[in-house]
Amino acid sequence: MKSAKGTVFKYGDNVDTDVIIPARYLNSSEPAELAAHCMEDIDKEFINKVQKGDIIVADKNFGCGSSREHAPIAIKAAGVSCVIAETFARIFYRNAINIGLPIIECPEASKGIEAGDEVEVDFDSGVITNLTKGTKFQGQAFPEFMQKIIAAEGLVNYINRKA
Amino acid sequence: MGMTMTQKILAAHAGLEKVEAGQLIEADLDLVLGNDITSPVAIKEMEKMNVEGVFDKDKIALVPDHFVPNKDIKSAEHCKCVREFAYRNEITNYFEVGEMGIEHALLPEKGLTVAGDVIIGADSHTCTYGALGAFSTGVGSTDMAAGMATGKAWFKVPGAIKFNIVGKPSEWVSGKDVILHIIGMIGVDGALYKSMEFVGEGIGNLSMDDRFTIANMAIEAGGKNGIFPVDALAEAYMKEHSKKEYTIYEADEDAVYDEEYTIDLSTLRPTVAFPHLPENTKTIDEIKDDIKIDQVVIGSCTNGRLDDLRVAAKVLAGRHVAKGMRCIIIPATQAIYMQAMEEGLLKTFIEAGAIVSTPTCGPCLGGYMGILAEGERCVSTTNRNFVGRMGHVKSEIYLASPAVAAASAVTGKISCPCQL
Repeated sequence: MKSAKGTVFKYGDNVDTDVIIPARYLNSSEPAELAAHCMEDIDKEFINKVQKGDIIVADKNFGCGSSREHAPIAIKAAGVSCVIAETFARIFYRNAINIGLPIIECPEASKGIEAGDEVEVDFDSGVITNLTKGTKFQGQAFPEFMQKIIAAEGLVNYINRKA
Repeated sequence: MGMTMTQKILAAHAGLEKVEAGQLIEADLDLVLGNDITSPVAIKEMEKMNVEGVFDKDKIALVPDHFVPNKDIKSAEHCKCVREFAYRNEITNYFEVGEMGIEHALLPEKGLTVAGDVIIGADSHTCTYGALGAFSTGVGSTDMAAGMATGKAWFKVPGAIKFNIVGKPSEWVSGKDVILHIIGMIGVDGALYKSMEFVGEGIGNLSMDDRFTIANMAIEAGGKNGIFPVDALAEAYMKEHSKKEYTIYEADEDAVYDEEYTIDLSTLRPTVAFPHLPENTKTIDEIKDDIKIDQVVIGSCTNGRLDDLRVAAKVLAGRHVAKGMRCIIIPATQAIYMQAMEEGLLKTFIEAGAIVSTPTCGPCLGGYMGILAEGERCVSTTNRNFVGRMGHVKSEIYLASPAVAAASAVTGKISCPCQL
């Protein structure tokens, strides 16, 4: 299973799906178009700064609000390799797994990581390493079936491979 | 160790005698729902699957309601995609403009959601049908696609929070005040991953429309679903609207709840959620400063039902909205619109200087029909007051009941009808 490594964008509590991808852009469902407006209402600079592989770290209840799958799609299409949060809102959690965006719950990591830190996540073990600060955190490892969904880049491919 | 009402419904749909919190199950679905924003993504995903078609053309509901009548070319393309999919798959419950309403008001009215059902919808407010004693929850488009293809979905069985409702609400206190009070108390993640189980004799003092409003906003506390026991009022509603058979499930006496709260309706006051989270609540008595308002929206899947329009009309009758105020009233379905017309409510609204729109989710999610400019404030009967939700990131939304919204439209500042 692959791991993720990148620079951190840090956000607080209750980052809702309206700020991740505002509804005014939901007249499109094209990943690239959605990515162009990712995080626009919470961090206008995000899309100019994000590099492929970068990591989002947030506090509690990340992805609350609307069920729009456009939110994890936008984050993934923007190049983000993993989202770490203290907790996730449940619909966002399902959606992220279903589209193959790795997400991991770890309250200690969300406290011990700052914006700009270099972070590596091992999906097999759930170990999160803050390379900048030289600290390690144990996140919740994915159960096998979720790893397979992520490896297949989403639920649909996973179902097709099983069939 | 017994099961909660939610757990019993899930166990029955998974073919299991018993389930407990945390267990992963696969359940049969009675209804799969999507709208004009989420369905196109689901349709695209479903078309990638190696499946022939939908699992049951009678158990899928497609309701274009967010950006219809089409607000621009891209929305028109989305609606066209949904329409063509519906025709191609002979979906029984596709609702075109003219038949459509806001999905969570429309489906119970059409009798498609009844007690004991397991329902998923690619819309977070799918939890509304818990008012009728169904398990219903919001999912994303991929889950909707898998649901349409297979008729099944996987769930983690939720733990529960019990809300014991007692007492009788005073005048101008409605279901909206009950749920805002609860969200203010437990926070926007207070029920994360859990079912919110409403019980107690006080439920008898809440109308069906109140209960729909309460169940609708379970998601705003992070809940997986909100659910009410099925009493005579709920049964009468289903008999009036539905030909479907329903099953009444009751929680076991020894069901396990992670937390329990008692809500005394008689002590509640009209409640307003301040920007930018539904948990930032204040009672009307706690609002000391004048908060000037530019716009009022009365409608949405939360508060666009007949009770809501009636109370708004009661407040607006013989009065006029404040100078400069835009008051937008949106009946949630065509049937509600028609009934409001027959009762003279629409006349009252128009005479008061409000406008009345065809059913749409429009302004609630900042789609169209009432977008806010920088610095503008809106009192809205909708469900979310996040940054930028209704327009500019520097606009503000105050969530309230139809009574408070209508009174605020008259005075131009946040007000209760008792202050008029």
